Amino acid sequence: MNFSQGVPISWYLLLSATLFSLGVLGFLIKRNLITVFMSIELMLNAVNLSFVTFAHQWHAVKGQIFVFFVMMVAAAEAAVGLAIIIAVFRARATLAVDRIDLMKL
Amino acid sequence: MNVHLYLWLIPLLPFAGFLLNGILGSRLPKWLVSAIALLAPAGAFGVVLFSLDRAYNVVFATQKGHPVPANNFPIVEHLASWIQVGTLHIDFTFVLDQLSLVMLLVITGVGFLIHIYSVGYMAHEEGYARYFAYLNLFLFFMTVLVLAGNALLMFVGWEGVGLASYLLIGFYFKKDSAANAGKKAFIVNRIGDFGFLIGIFLLIANFGTLTFSEIASKLNANPAWTGGVLTTIALCLLLGATGKSAQLPLYIWLPDAMEGPTPVSALIHAATMVTAGVYMIARTHVLFDHAPFALGVVAIIGAATALFAATIALVQNDIKRVLAYSTISQLGYMFLGCGVAAYSAAIFHLVTHAFFKALLFLAAGSVIHAIGGEQDMRKMGGLRKHLPVTFWTMTAAVFTIAGFPPLAAFFSKDAILYEAFLHGNLGIAIWFVGLVTALLTSFYMFRLWYMTFMGESRSPETHPHESPWSMLGPLVILALLSIGGGWVGIERFAAFLSPVTGPRTAESTIPNLELLLSLAAVAVALIGWYIADLFYRQKPAQPAELAEALPTGYNTLVHKYYVDEIYGATVVKPLLAFSKYVLGWGVDVVLLGGLAWLLGGIAMFSGALLQRWQSGNLRSYAAWLAAGAAALLLFVLVPWNSVWPASMDFIWKVARH
Repeated sequence: MNFSQGVPISWYLLLSATLFSLGVLGFLIKRNLITVFMSIELMLNAVNLSFVTFAHQWHAVKGQIFVFFVMMVAAAEAAVGLAIIIAVFRARATLAVDRIDLMKL
Repeated sequence: MNVHLYLWLIPLLPFAGFLLNGILGSRLPKWLVSAIALLAPAGAFGVVLFSLDRAYNVVFATQKGHPVPANNFPIVEHLASWIQVGTLHIDFTFVLDQLSLVMLLVITGVGFLIHIYSVGYMAHEEGYARYFAYLNLFLFFMTVLVLAGNALLMFVGWEGVGLASYLLIGFYFKKDSAANAGKKAFIVNRIGDFGFLIGIFLLIANFGTLTFSEIASKLNANPAWTGGVLTTIALCLLLGATGKSAQLPLYIWLPDAMEGPTPVSALIHAATMVTAGVYMIARTHVLFDHAPFALGVVAIIGAATALFAATIALVQNDIKRVLAYSTISQLGYMFLGCGVAAYSAAIFHLVTHAFFKALLFLAAGSVIHAIGGEQDMRKMGGLRKHLPVTFWTMTAAVFTIAGFPPLAAFFSKDAILYEAFLHGNLGIAIWFVGLVTALLTSFYMFRLWYMTFMGESRSPETHPHESPWSMLGPLVILALLSIGGGWVGIERFAAFLSPVTGPRTAESTIPNLELLLSLAAVAVALIGWYIADLFYRQKPAQPAELAEALPTGYNTLVHKYYVDEIYGATVVKPLLAFSKYVLGWGVDVVLLGGLAWLLGGIAMFSGALLQRWQSGNLRSYAAWLAAGAAALLLFVLVPWNSVWPASMDFIWKVARH
């Protein structure tokens, strides 16, 4: 079965947009730092999906290369981000973003 | 090394001495400091003597009709380019001609003697190395001033000697009066320097060059060009000269400059630096020749200063102050000489004055040194028995300055007065003022002589001791120069200088005039001596009675015509008030302070507004981020160019219907 003809491209894009919006929503409203962090990952992967989709549509390999870059950045970000989260938890014994507000004036 | 380029050694040697003693001096042993300090002027003097030999060869050859030697004179050494703007070229050029050669002989020769004297005089002082560093720095700038081939380089030396003078007047800077005297000298000189600078700017504007020889040749090529802007330039330069050479109305700094160590008074404030104004006028004399009005002003200022300062000197009791006013008065003679276009006579008097006035100051320093720092002549007396060498050298100097033949100043002073007499009606008036000044000079110098050395000691508890030979040696040499320095004669001296200053113009139609004028000068010198003898030997009560009989006149003189007070009330106080209220309060506090407060207020106000954004709440940051991204998307995606006019069109149509 031909993948490209079976499912129209707009569906992929709709899925990507939905995932991205869910990520934004989670980023904005969740209180737990780990959930916020996962929302960011969700947004990144939603963007990856549209990259792959367009790369397939236009038969251009650039989009796929970009996906690798994004994944690499995401991996690095995960390492640093999780380390920060652990450090914050050790220091404050909480991961509620509302209460991590020492930097305000 | 190019053998023809050696003039730079003359300033360089003292500069090296300044650097060595200034940087390392405090860590070097004393004998090494003295050796460095003495070698600098000695080396410079040697180079000058070497040049004298060359100059003599050329002059000799010219007079005898021999071919002029290949190494020509005057020597012009172009060291480097300095400023090149358009057609204006200003270079580091040293010129050694007859005039600068004479000046250099005096500066390095007398300077060397005073350095030797200082070794003895300053032996027990704090800051020994600092003192010699400053003294060498002074020699550096003074030689630059004299060797400069253009007005700007001369100005560099001019400012530099002012700096050295300031540093040395304030040498005892822990004393308030010394620090203030240094400041006064510097600030008063600033006024004169302002005139000099304006003169330089006008020279650039009108001649397009600052090189003395080019200015002179442009003027000589155009003899009809007189007055006008040339008078303005000459008067500006004259203002500079009155500041540096302590003439009316800017003389007030020199008496206070006596706060410095006595050898400094001898070198800088008597023999060399204060004559820079005379040198400058002689150097630019072609300009003054083309501005007769300015030349008349020079003569009048000189004569007025000579008389004015001599009258103040009559009643001073501080031995150095008497000599300070005497210096001002003698500088007035030199200005007077320049003013009647007797440049070679003025320079002649400059040379002899350097000898006898340096001697007077050094001998006075020897006296002060001998009696433990006392400068008040009322507490001296009878010192001839204790200080024989000082007494005899001082006697030579006193007889010289009083104008007795055949001592040096007799020749130089008479040369000036003679040429003044032949300079028209103004000249005769000026000659008369000069003669009266000679009478006063003779009186106050013999007054100093009697009060210091004659009679009985008025402070019997002191035990004066003669100074060491490092101090007496220079005294003896200077005494010999003060006695014999004039024997070269004005004719020979003027002939030597004539390539620079032009030939002597004065030609008498009256037979034996020179002899008659000389007799008049000797007569007034004798009268001055007689009055001093009467007042201070025969009838010691007479001066006090006279002072009581004429209280107004006496008090005016004691208070130096209240000039310091008048300047204080008319210039210093208004300036201070202006600085304090208008500049200090108005400009600084209100204007600049207000501006700073306004800028700070704006920053603080906007900061107070913006800091509300930094809530520390991560979710609010995220919300702003999202809102920003949405706004950006809106901005990029919506085709504003078409939406906007269309909607405007729509509104317009609705409005019309």
